[in-house]
Amino acid sequence: MTGNSSLATKQHTLAQHTLTQQLSPLHQLREKAPMFIAVLFGVTIYASICNQFVPQDSIFYVSTYSITLLGKYLCFALLALAVDIVWGYCGILSLGHGAFFALGGYAMGMYLMRQIGDRGVYGHPELPDFMVFLNWQELPWYWQGFDQFWFAMLMVALIPGLLAFVFGFLAFRSRVAGVYLSIMTQALTYALMLAFFRNEMGFGGNNGLTDFKDILGFDLQQDQTRIALFITTAIILAIAYCASVMIMGSKLGRVIIAIRDAEDRSRFLGYKTEIYKVWLFVFSAVIAAIAGALYVPQVGIINPGEFSPLNSIEIVVWVAVGGRGTLYGAVIGALLVNYAKTRFTAIMPEAWLFALGALFVSVTVFLPQGIAGVLKENNWLRRLTQRTAQPAGGQA
Amino acid sequence: MELKKIIKATAITLSLAVSTAAMAADTIKVGVLHSLSGTMAISETTLKDTVLMMVEEQNKKGGVLGKQLEAVVVDPASDWPLFAEKTRELITQEGVDVIFGCWTSVSRKSVLPVIEELNGLMFYPVQYEGEESSKNVFYTGAAPNQQAIPAVDYLMEDLEVERWILAGTDYVYPRTTNKILEAYLLAKGVSKDDIMINYTPFGHSDWQSIVSDIKKFGSAGKKTAVVSTINGDANVPFYKELGNQGVSAEDIPVVAFSVGEEELSGIDTKPLVGHLAAWNYFQSVENDANEAFIKSWKAFIKNDKRVTNDPMEATYIGFNMWVKAVEKAGTTDVDAVQQAMIGIETPNLTGGMAKMHKNHHLSKPVLIGEIQEDGQFEVVSETDGLVPGDAWSDFLPGSKDIIADWTDPIKCGNYNTQSKTCSGQNY
Amino acid sequence: MKFGLLRRFFCALLFFLLQDSILAQTVNAQSPDEKADEIGQQGISASVEGVDNYASIQTLAGAKLNAVPAIVEQLESQLGQQGLSLFEAMLAGRLYYRKSDSQVVIIEKQGSDSDNYLLYDSLTLKLLGEEATANFRKVRVNNKLRKQLRTTIARLSLFSNDVELRTESIRSMLDKVDEDTIDLLNQLKEQETSESVLSLVDLAFAIYHFSDSDEQSIRLAALNTMDGSLEPAVRNLINRATERYEDGTYAEVDTRVRRKAEQIKSGIESKVAFYEFLETIFFGLSLGSVLLLVATGLAITFGVMGVINMAHGELIMLGAYTTYVIQLLLPNHIEYSILLAIPAAFVVSGFTGILIERGVIRFLHGRPLETLLATFGISLILQQTVRSIFSPLNRQVETPQWLSGSLEINSVLSITYNRLYILIFAVIVFLILQLILKKTSLGLHVRAVAQNRSMAKSIGIRTEWVDAMTFGLGSGIAGIAGVALSQLTNVGPNLGQSYIIDSFMVVVFGGVGNLWGTLVGGFTLGVTNKFLEPMTGAVLANILILVFIILFIQRRPRGLFPQKGRAAE
Repeated sequence: MTGNSSLATKQHTLAQHTLTQQLSPLHQLREKAPMFIAVLFGVTIYASICNQFVPQDSIFYVSTYSITLLGKYLCFALLALAVDIVWGYCGILSLGHGAFFALGGYAMGMYLMRQIGDRGVYGHPELPDFMVFLNWQELPWYWQGFDQFWFAMLMVALIPGLLAFVFGFLAFRSRVAGVYLSIMTQALTYALMLAFFRNEMGFGGNNGLTDFKDILGFDLQQDQTRIALFITTAIILAIAYCASVMIMGSKLGRVIIAIRDAEDRSRFLGYKTEIYKVWLFVFSAVIAAIAGALYVPQVGIINPGEFSPLNSIEIVVWVAVGGRGTLYGAVIGALLVNYAKTRFTAIMPEAWLFALGALFVSVTVFLPQGIAGVLKENNWLRRLTQRTAQPAGGQA
Repeated sequence: MELKKIIKATAITLSLAVSTAAMAADTIKVGVLHSLSGTMAISETTLKDTVLMMVEEQNKKGGVLGKQLEAVVVDPASDWPLFAEKTRELITQEGVDVIFGCWTSVSRKSVLPVIEELNGLMFYPVQYEGEESSKNVFYTGAAPNQQAIPAVDYLMEDLEVERWILAGTDYVYPRTTNKILEAYLLAKGVSKDDIMINYTPFGHSDWQSIVSDIKKFGSAGKKTAVVSTINGDANVPFYKELGNQGVSAEDIPVVAFSVGEEELSGIDTKPLVGHLAAWNYFQSVENDANEAFIKSWKAFIKNDKRVTNDPMEATYIGFNMWVKAVEKAGTTDVDAVQQAMIGIETPNLTGGMAKMHKNHHLSKPVLIGEIQEDGQFEVVSETDGLVPGDAWSDFLPGSKDIIADWTDPIKCGNYNTQSKTCSGQNY
Repeated sequence: MKFGLLRRFFCALLFFLLQDSILAQTVNAQSPDEKADEIGQQGISASVEGVDNYASIQTLAGAKLNAVPAIVEQLESQLGQQGLSLFEAMLAGRLYYRKSDSQVVIIEKQGSDSDNYLLYDSLTLKLLGEEATANFRKVRVNNKLRKQLRTTIARLSLFSNDVELRTESIRSMLDKVDEDTIDLLNQLKEQETSESVLSLVDLAFAIYHFSDSDEQSIRLAALNTMDGSLEPAVRNLINRATERYEDGTYAEVDTRVRRKAEQIKSGIESKVAFYEFLETIFFGLSLGSVLLLVATGLAITFGVMGVINMAHGELIMLGAYTTYVIQLLLPNHIEYSILLAIPAAFVVSGFTGILIERGVIRFLHGRPLETLLATFGISLILQQTVRSIFSPLNRQVETPQWLSGSLEINSVLSITYNRLYILIFAVIVFLILQLILKKTSLGLHVRAVAQNRSMAKSIGIRTEWVDAMTFGLGSGIAGIAGVALSQLTNVGPNLGQSYIIDSFMVVVFGGVGNLWGTLVGGFTLGVTNKFLEPMTGAVLANILILVFIILFIQRRPRGLFPQKGRAAE
């Protein structure tokens, strides 16, 4: 249902973005990344030091609870970044990124399960507990190799990447776009959720994988391990952020933005848009998977609930709140919404869904550019009246 | 400009997240970890209210150890990782002395590592699959031998059932229970052809084919029964389909382990009359303690139509046991209370005494009830005396040599009597 | 299965009898004895002194459950058909006794606010008066007893005037045909006129002779009678006769009889397979009709307006809750409540839909992905609202009598009424919708706006108004779907969520913007699912369908029936 007005919109935004994006990738990186990285590491190091070296009764003490919470938030921020790359920059609204996140998490979870060894409650040298009480006799073939950290890490990237590649290749080649694509991604994660719920699959069914003991020989219940994981998450978030800034600043990035704003035109200009989209989708899926792999040792459980379509939609909302099409916006959105969730569910549990629902509605209606939009242009009222002048987010 | 704002926002975030150590304790804090939103809210909200009621009543009696109790309610929102996070919050940030919480197995499994690491104390009030005994958890719901096996015995002996359909939702509780039951039935001489096992997804709503299969399986001329471990929401369409396809309780009785008064209050019970459920408590049991409990519950919730159910009784027992153990130990210190808990006896609501055993499980009576038209159960069978909970089933090959004993010298939740080892403890 | 029908019939019968008996008391001077005669029509025997009867009945009061079967047996032989109403009341759980003097009466509950029961005489059904509920206690019944009562009633209604009742009665005896039954059936055969009943009687004789007799010719003749019958009793008998033991010997030693039995068995089996095939198709159509109902509303909002309404499921939920509220308001009219709920749900959901459209969606015009997010937010708010108002617990929606039970075509194939009505209902709703879209001016405007918004606007169509109405229409249909779902599944805050993905799948699979596509899509997915289910199990069937749709959409991105022309772009 593309009328003349939205066509004009597209032209407008295309022009706008070409103006702002004419710097070289490295320049871009120098422009945008330092501040983000400074804040990120500032907070990370501050929290780590305060947890380790400040006495517990000091007001500067950061509890382990807060560390695990922050670690989780950073994983979510990484995940939001992954969604923003495809949605904000390429107009592909994926409602299935939770699937990649969860697959990455499962790969990590399988490694952690294998690390338990014979310390399970049944004392079986090889089989995880849930297999023992379901009378499994031997480890299924797809569990082989996960006792090696390198192999597990390879799988963290490979399996979701492959899934994203196959799905993306099929979908983008046949030009499934817009809402159709969103619904298909939702179906994908829903199908995976049903599949992982099945106990026959050998992934622990509804209970998923839990009761992890250690990672690379370090005890997961030690505060030091937690801090190490927390810092690792921050570093990876920083790397992913820089990589994304560089990609978006490069020629590749500009093609991607062009595809978002006018896919047909880009195609007519000779770009094989589907190839660009597939690779960006895979890149994004791998980042989501890494976020999942970092998430699991920090929260201590992975189960099929992570595949639920609801979760995937929530991720999109983080990005929308933060402001899509700006990488730092996605990160801010993920942190803010999750922080609000933590607070709300403690203070007013019944009101949480009201608040979340209202957030969805108000952000989409009043803040199409999210918080980043507010930060960018102080005069947000003016933006409100020009609401139509925002990225066209992959229209049908 | 941007930088400033971000730093400001982060600073606010941090200062709020990093809350200072718990306030000086002039009350005893009781954590309530039940989902108030999401899919499990339907069952768990009731238990939250039960704990609140118990706290209020205890405070009227003067509290515990001369201190008032204070309930700290959080909402893990049916999100399993959130259960772990909220447990940590309750223990380290709020400084609660005990937690009443969880419903699903996965939420308990998620909480387990945290509560063991922080040496907390939790009471788990729901019937479950067993195969677990944690130092820090007391299980006040039924283990499989306190629900499933007596129910099968009843069907076999009183109703002379020869053919069995084990139908369940595909998750760990039905899987384990059905494994145990299958082994039990085979040991009793039931042929493998006379056992049908069927699993369905959560919230399954189209039962036409399965009910039709049940009918076919049951028309072979032998008395047939369905043992249902179907979970929560899937039950309503299941029973509706049973009723409509004319499977009556006299032809093929269904005995359910997850259908209680509360679930029935959402169903039109007319077609269900005569189907069975096995629990350790029914609202219809007549005695003074139960009447008083029902009365105070209705008063507390300000609704005359609300019903009571088995997990509520388990919460009631758990709470009273904790109070008694704290008074016995003279402190709320977790280690002391844990020691004091073992051997504690408090009255249950069915006229007997619940005793906490060395394996952190209770003795319970097992009642079989028939569904009545008013959504209540009429007890048709009751075990002689109380059945002690068995954490590790004797009918599973993996766990028949394992016992739980939290007293000296074993002090282990999964002690292997063959190899004399205790593996994988988290503390 | 057969008991279902039987029971319903008895309930209905009792209902009418009771009504009549009230009439008899208040208006008509019909004597109780005549009444009793009507009940025990043929009046075989048993007319001992009335006083004695009541004394015997009184033994039921407070009797131990394991003592009751003997009492019932005693009462049956003593009362004969006179006792029919007593047994029926006992089966229905309406037999009570007064705590003070152990008088056994049949009670009728009045409205939920009344503290009194209406009391009826246990044999004559004469109205005795009204008394406080607290004075009475129920005569306890358990499963074993219910079974016994049912057989007793079946035996007693063997000589009923009603053909259907006689049929049911004989069928219930087929499982265990013994000499007593044969005697009874012989009596019946002498006076029986109905063909179908006679053939059933013959079948019963055949079953008896086959097991009882040693003579080959009799047994072969018996087998001939049984040929082609689908009765479970016959099938079990034949199965047992043809069973082969592990050592290679057969259960049936007579080879000729066995051959014949095997031949009959294969005939019956192919017949059964055919009916089971029909059954699966019906199951599939029924599942498809549910999918169609939940997806039709979406097909309008999504297909015609291009709005992704994630709150669609919650509009369905509102419809289901409307049904609940209607039943709450009219507790004495459960039978009609569903019919009333249909327009009510349409209005409630439709109005909510219009509010959503006016309040949120119109600001997001032409931005489908954002409407997706905003409506998702609305869905969360609606869910929590319902949770706050009605509590998170499921609500009980009663099924009216005419929607419960099943239409039994034969012993293998029966069709449940609720599914049947919902199937018909779904198709009717669909057709009405087609009519609205094709024949009314609203429909014309809707189609015009869908095809070319600016053109429609420029020729003077109030597009804003049309948008609101279209959205209201789609939402209203979602509400109607909710009424239907309230008869099948839980009415709770999560009701909508479980259907939202399915409905999207149906619409996308059928082709957005094409209502016929939704129809075909819904039924195709339903039937496929039901044929997959026996092979793969319910979960895997679901997954396979999803994977299939995902792949299908890659091949044909516009679904089964793509919209053609400019509107498609």
